[in-house]
Amino acid sequence: MLVDQPLLDLGWIGAHAGDIALRTLQHLGLGAVAMAVGFAVAFALTLVAVGRPRLLAPLITGAGVLYTIPSLALFAALVPFTGLSLLTAEIPLVLYTQLVLIRGISAGFAAAPPEVLEAADGLGYTRRQRFLAVELPIAIPLIVAAVRLASVSTIGLVMVVTLIGNNFGGLGLFIKEGIASFFPTKVYVGAALSVLLALASDLMLARLERRLAPWAESHRDVQPSASAPLAGLGPIGA
Amino acid sequence: MDLLAATIAWLTTAARWQGPDGIPTRMLEHLEIAVPSVLAAALVALPVGAWIGHTGRYAAAAINVANLGRAIPSYAVLAIILPISLRLSPDLGLSVIPTFTAMWLLAIPPILIGTFAGIRAVDRDLVEAARGLGLTEVQVLREVELPLALPVVAGGLRTAAVQVIATATLGAVVAYGGLGRYIIDGIARNEDDRLMAGVVLVAGMAITAELAFALLQRALVPRGLRRVAAPAEAT
Repeated sequence: MLVDQPLLDLGWIGAHAGDIALRTLQHLGLGAVAMAVGFAVAFALTLVAVGRPRLLAPLITGAGVLYTIPSLALFAALVPFTGLSLLTAEIPLVLYTQLVLIRGISAGFAAAPPEVLEAADGLGYTRRQRFLAVELPIAIPLIVAAVRLASVSTIGLVMVVTLIGNNFGGLGLFIKEGIASFFPTKVYVGAALSVLLALASDLMLARLERRLAPWAESHRDVQPSASAPLAGLGPIGA
Repeated sequence: MDLLAATIAWLTTAARWQGPDGIPTRMLEHLEIAVPSVLAAALVALPVGAWIGHTGRYAAAAINVANLGRAIPSYAVLAIILPISLRLSPDLGLSVIPTFTAMWLLAIPPILIGTFAGIRAVDRDLVEAARGLGLTEVQVLREVELPLALPVVAGGLRTAAVQVIATATLGAVVAYGGLGRYIIDGIARNEDDRLMAGVVLVAGMAITAELAFALLQRALVPRGLRRVAAPAEAT
């Protein structure tokens, strides 16, 4: 029984360092692919929809409806179609990033004050130059905030992938095995590393933001107005 | 399409709608864990969010703690609590305690952040005006800030409720019932119709909650603000 085992068996951790490293990497890999694809999709969609409320509103609504579907349900729903292939893991992971990313990226592009845009036009910037030199830098803090939120939630969602099949590996597998074999150490290793992974990615992205947008104050101060488009969003069913 | 037909057949079989593994029982179990955990989370997050929103004190710390909470996946919370709760109670420790705790923790950040952001977003001039009229701090919070913040506060509750309903599915992993039972059992027994029926039921419940809260949220906009709020919402 789970009750008879020590809560933490350090000997087991030492003996399985290789396994632990492998599953951590698998976890990171599954999450990184989802984030990369998710960001590319969300960025492209937002670029097309920005400035066109008739397109942006249904896009956000659609992503919102997807976001409401429990993760275990969405992973499971794909099994009859895509089996236990990588697609079954990645499609829901990518879909779940969309709401946060599209909201953050579109809020970022909306953040440039009209007088700044006019000034850029007055200086003779082309649309393209204005976008790259003015709008994009102003959008960075909100975009990075969205990426941070999405990666934390993605790392949590990768845990759930394990419940569909063992072949994906990842840290959730330690938890699954730990519960099945009543071995708490595995449970704690899986849980602790997934939390550490989420925090580490959040911290790294925060540093990246400071590097990309050193003028932004969002990381120093709590500004509910700046983070309002993202308020209340978190991992669903992670 | 075979799967669709099989799922509909599964859902419409009379036997599925009765007994301990019947749909009404599983739905009730699902709500029995979701409703109390959201209420318990509101009990903590509403006062704390209102207080930090009103005073602005410890705001950064509280928001950071709430965000930290978001970094911890519910599946991990379930698993972390399980070995400990089993020691406390072999009965409830296997199912109810870990599921409830994980859902409670999941619901706190959105409610806390929603309450805080709602109160912070209230026009500071209004708050000053209220103080100038001689309202006490408690009155300012109760009469001015909370009514104006209510739609945003309700938004936080909405996110929390939908997330909890969606995530309570995981309770089935630790032997709790609920609608997740059909998904977990469907995978284990290789019964795709059972699995898909579970998917439809959980997603349906989550989306229903989302819609119900959206209506509630609209109803909570103070009357004086409705005309102003309506066109803003359309954009």
